[in-house]
Amino acid sequence: MAYSDKVIDHYDNPRNVGAFDAGDENVGTGMVGAPACGDVMRLQIRVNAQGVIEDAKFKTYGCGSAIASSSLVTEWVRGRTLDEALAIKNAQIAEELALPPVKIHCSILAEDAIKAAVADFRARHAIQGAAGQGEVSDEAGASRVTEQPVCDAGPRH
Amino acid sequence: MPDTVLDKAISRTARPVYLDYAATTPVDRRVASRMIPYLTEIYGNPASRSHAYGWAAEEAVELAREQVCALINADPREIVWTSGATESNNLAIKGAAHFNRGRGKHLVTVATEHKAVLDSMRELEREGYEVTVLPVLPSGLLDLAVFDAALRPDTVLASVMFVNNETGVVQDIAALGALCRAKGVVFHVDAAQAAGKVAIDLAQLPVDLMSLSAHKIYGPKGIGALYVRRRPRVRIDAQMHGGGHERGMRSGTLATHQIVGMGSAFWLARENMAADNARIRALRDRLWAGLSTLDAVVLNGDMEQRAPQYLNVSFNYVEGESLLMGIRGVAVSSGSACTSASLEPSYVLRAMGRSDELAHSSVRFSLGRFTTESEVDFTIAQVTEVVARLRAMSPLWDMVQAGVDLNAIQWSEH
Repeated sequence: MAYSDKVIDHYDNPRNVGAFDAGDENVGTGMVGAPACGDVMRLQIRVNAQGVIEDAKFKTYGCGSAIASSSLVTEWVRGRTLDEALAIKNAQIAEELALPPVKIHCSILAEDAIKAAVADFRARHAIQGAAGQGEVSDEAGASRVTEQPVCDAGPRH
Repeated sequence: MPDTVLDKAISRTARPVYLDYAATTPVDRRVASRMIPYLTEIYGNPASRSHAYGWAAEEAVELAREQVCALINADPREIVWTSGATESNNLAIKGAAHFNRGRGKHLVTVATEHKAVLDSMRELEREGYEVTVLPVLPSGLLDLAVFDAALRPDTVLASVMFVNNETGVVQDIAALGALCRAKGVVFHVDAAQAAGKVAIDLAQLPVDLMSLSAHKIYGPKGIGALYVRRRPRVRIDAQMHGGGHERGMRSGTLATHQIVGMGSAFWLARENMAADNARIRALRDRLWAGLSTLDAVVLNGDMEQRAPQYLNVSFNYVEGESLLMGIRGVAVSSGSACTSASLEPSYVLRAMGRSDELAHSSVRFSLGRFTTESEVDFTIAQVTEVVARLRAMSPLWDMVQAGVDLNAIQWSEH
């Protein structure tokens, strides 16, 4: 299948591959997908005291489009606040990488990875915060690293 | 015409090393050169009985029939030309099921069959037939006792492929056929991947119907044949009507040039099979020796009961499509969902009990007549490098290195 130049570029020169210490209090870790689906993305964000994402790292098990989507996301979240990062939509990722319809689910998973990383960061800070304070969390806010959002790898049968 | 100087100038990525012979093969130049006169000079319709153009074409068709028979030890009257093994499978399965519908409506096949067989069976289910799809052992082999137990008094047809297209696993056709004979079940064998690779002697094998393909052994695409046994007589209902060609079993003007191509390819296969197989087996073993030095690499399919051309390997913690993208100097296939239109991982590997992850991480290397040692060495180097790079990017590899048991993790469910 023909890949867009941008997907090939991200595959050949992935941005920000690596890992932070997941125990670091400034780090949020989101892991989405499942090996059985052929796609697993781990996105980590390091957030400063102002609530701005100052660095991001990723590792992905998945096809070229999945690798490109997660690599792109690490570029886009840098310099954004947590809420700004949550505003990133999969359609923007898909358009930037010119993903064909059959690969749209890769961009959805990347968007989910952002949500999972932000949710993890907020959950850890809500736990650390004093009782009665802390941010309002949606249902995703309560999830831990090991409970993933639903894998959107397309029809299985 | 191909220009070999230009070939050498083109870089490896524009013209990758071809290790996808199981998908299709180049037409052997000797075959191509034999075909061409039948396009522009000897172009008569073989069914034209009244003039020399037709007679010349018919003669070429009958010669090709003999050539195909020579490879499989059959009688020329047992060969029906088709458009390829897919059509042969359709004709055999639907034709035999329809002809025998008075005797019963139960059909038996195997989970690892080609879609041409499985989808034909599914179509018959819609018509009211009952189909049993048998599981296979982790080696990919069919358990004879399980097969025997599935054959009922109302079973009219069983279909088992000779050589599997994804793994190269070879089924014990002689034993399976004997079981069918004993119970009066018509036995169909899809030999698309087998002809020219393993010995086929239809005077010995108790096979009633056999599908054959040209483009898997250096013949052109778009032509195949169905072997239909005469002794004892096997009868099938035609699926293509209009003129009664091929003893009424398959109507349609015969494509002389295509048939000449298939005949030549089969003739060359007979002459070259032993030497080709010895050379290819050594190269395949060399490839496996190089790849098996990597960590977490698994071979799919029985080691011994395998045709020499095939190597199906899973590279754990690396997804198949991303691997293929990285080894762009090598042309191969993957069992990964991402490489299939349906987003399903390889159903053949799943039927062998392989987890989804291993199916997603699988690559099929298939070697052929023109594969060289330097191509194999180049492939080993490329795969080694790309696997290392992708594992460095894989969260699964990270977790495994840290001693995490991936099976214990609560991944999301669908």
